[in-house]
Amino acid sequence: MADVLVVAEAAEGKLKKTTHSAVTFAKAAAAALGGSYSILVIGDALGGAVAEAAALGAAKVIVAEDASLKDYVAERYAPTVAAVGKGFAVVVGTASAFGKDLLPRVAAKLGAGYAGDISELLIGGGKLQYKRPMYAGNAYGIASIPTAVQVVSVRQSAFAPSEPGDATAATEKVAIVAPSAGAARIEFVSFNQVKSERPELTEARVVVAGGRALKESFGKLLDPLADLLGAAVGASRAACDAGYCGSELQVGQTGKVVAPSLYIAIGISGAIQHLAGMKSSKVIVAINKDADAPIFQVADYGLVADLFQVVPDLVTQIRAAKA
Amino acid sequence: MKILVPLKRVADPDNANKVKIPASGEKIDTTGLEPKPNPFDEYALEAALRLTENGQTPKVRAGEVIVVTFGPKECDTTLRAALATGADRAIRVDTTDDKLDGDLVARALKAIVDREKPDVVVMGKQAVDGDSNQVAQLLAEYLDWPQATFAATVHEEDGALLVGREVDGGVITLRVKLPAVVSVDLRIVAPTSVYSTKTARTFKYNDGVRFAALPAIMAAKKKPLVELKLADLTADVAPKIVYNAFQAPPARKAGIKVKDVADLVLHLKDEAKVL
Repeated sequence: MADVLVVAEAAEGKLKKTTHSAVTFAKAAAAALGGSYSILVIGDALGGAVAEAAALGAAKVIVAEDASLKDYVAERYAPTVAAVGKGFAVVVGTASAFGKDLLPRVAAKLGAGYAGDISELLIGGGKLQYKRPMYAGNAYGIASIPTAVQVVSVRQSAFAPSEPGDATAATEKVAIVAPSAGAARIEFVSFNQVKSERPELTEARVVVAGGRALKESFGKLLDPLADLLGAAVGASRAACDAGYCGSELQVGQTGKVVAPSLYIAIGISGAIQHLAGMKSSKVIVAINKDADAPIFQVADYGLVADLFQVVPDLVTQIRAAKA
Repeated sequence: MKILVPLKRVADPDNANKVKIPASGEKIDTTGLEPKPNPFDEYALEAALRLTENGQTPKVRAGEVIVVTFGPKECDTTLRAALATGADRAIRVDTTDDKLDGDLVARALKAIVDREKPDVVVMGKQAVDGDSNQVAQLLAEYLDWPQATFAATVHEEDGALLVGREVDGGVITLRVKLPAVVSVDLRIVAPTSVYSTKTARTFKYNDGVRFAALPAIMAAKKKPLVELKLADLTADVAPKIVYNAFQAPPARKAGIKVKDVADLVLHLKDEAKVL
C-alpha cells in the first residue's frame, strides 16, 4: 500500500476549500511513498463537488452519494470512509470541525493510529513523519504511526491550497456501508449557519481581530477596517464569551487557526491560547493601550494607544495610503 | 443519570510558553510548571454535575458522577479536587503518561465503561498538553455509541440529550439517545449551557466552574477512590502513535513599537508591503 486517500468536505453541492489543503498533503505523501492519491467525495446531492474534486490531480475520485448522508454525522459517514480507506496507506482530511469529528472515528474503525492537526509532513527514507503542534503551539512533536493504515488531519493554514488543473480524474461510484446499531441513537436536528459576506477566517489574506476591550462597539469599529482590507473578522475568546461577536469568530488553540499575510489584533491582550491560533501569521499588528500586553511580544508592529481613537483614524489613513 | 468523566492532569496551561525542549529533542520538559487539571476536563465535570442535580438545590445529588484519571499516585490530588467540587467517586488507573496514547486511553476507558455502565461519558474535547482531540471520538466508536463532540450546550430530555455543537460555520444541534459520548467545548460552562430535566430552564448558573467549599474538601477525603491497573483493562498496550522527537516553535523576530497611526501605516505600506 502506497496510496493516499483524501476525505473531501462537501457542502451545498460544492467542495469546501478545506479539501484543497488535504490534497496538497496527499500529493507530497503519495510522491514520497511512490503511490498515487485519490479523493473520496461523500454526502448527498454532491452536485458540482465531484467535478471540482476531479480537477485536483487525483488518480481517481471515489463518490459515495446517498440520501442517508444528507446531514453530516460521524456515525453515518465513518463506516463508508473506513471501508474505502482500508486499501490506502494514509487517509487524510483537513482539521476542520468536520475532519476533527470524523477522522478519529474512522481511525478507530480501521484500527489505525491518528495524528491530528499536523502542520508539516516530513519525509525520510520513504517513511512519513508528522510534525504537529502541542502545548498550544509552544512545542512541536514529530510523530510516526506504526499501524497498517495511518489516519491524519492537516492544519489548513499550514498547507497551501491545491489549485485545480486541466486533467480530469476518472470517477468511481461506491455503495455506502450501513452504519452500526449505535447510529440509530443519533438524530441531526439542525444546522444554524452563520452567513457572512466576508472571506472565511481560515482562508483570508488579512484578518482583523478584536478583543473584549471593544465591548459593544466590536462590529462598529472593526467592520469598516475589515471592509477596507477585504479581511475576515476574528476574535479573542473573551470577546466571544462576552457575546460581543459570534463564537465562530474565535481564533486560538481551540478555535480557528489562521496564518494570514496580515493579522491586526485590536484590544487583544494575547493569552497563550489566542497566540496559538495566530502566531504563524506573516505580519502581526497589535493595538492595545496596555504596553505590557503579551500580544506585543509576537507583534511585528505594536501601537500602544486607545483603540477607540486610533481604529477610525487607521481606516482613514489606510484609505488615503491605498488611494 | 450516571456519568463518567475522564480527567487529565496537565502542566499549567497558562504558562505553556515556558515548556522547554532540550537540544536532544527527546522530550518536552515541563519542570517548574504546576500540575493543573486540563481546563476542558474541568468544564466536563461542571457539565456532568449540572446534569446530575437540580440547579436550585445543588447540594442534593440527582445522579452519580464518577471521575477517572490515568496516572501515578500524585494524580489522586486531581481526583480529590473533583470529588470536593461534587463528583461522587473516583478511579485512578495507575500508569504514567509516557506509556499512553489517545487510543490506549480510549480502549481502557471502554473497559471501564463496560464495568460501570454509565449513561453518558462527558469529557473535554482535548487535553491542552498533547492537543490531540481524539479520545472521545475513538471511545464512541469502540463502544458503538453516538458521539456529540465540541458541545457548547447540553440540555437533558427524557432518555436523550439535545446537544449544540460549535462547528466552523455555526452551530449543529444533535439529539443523542443514551448511552452516548459527549465532548465539551469552552462555552459549556456559560450560565444557560447545561440543564438537567430537574433544573428549570429559567435558572441561570454562575458563569464558569464551581469551586469547592472547605467542608466539601474535607468530606471529599472520605469519598471512594479506587486504584486499577492498566493491565486489568486492556492487554494490548502497543501505541498507535509514536513521538520520535520534539522541537521548539520557530522564534518570531522582535517587533517594533510604532509611534502613531501614520507611522504604522507607513511601515505596513513601505516595509511589510501588506497594504
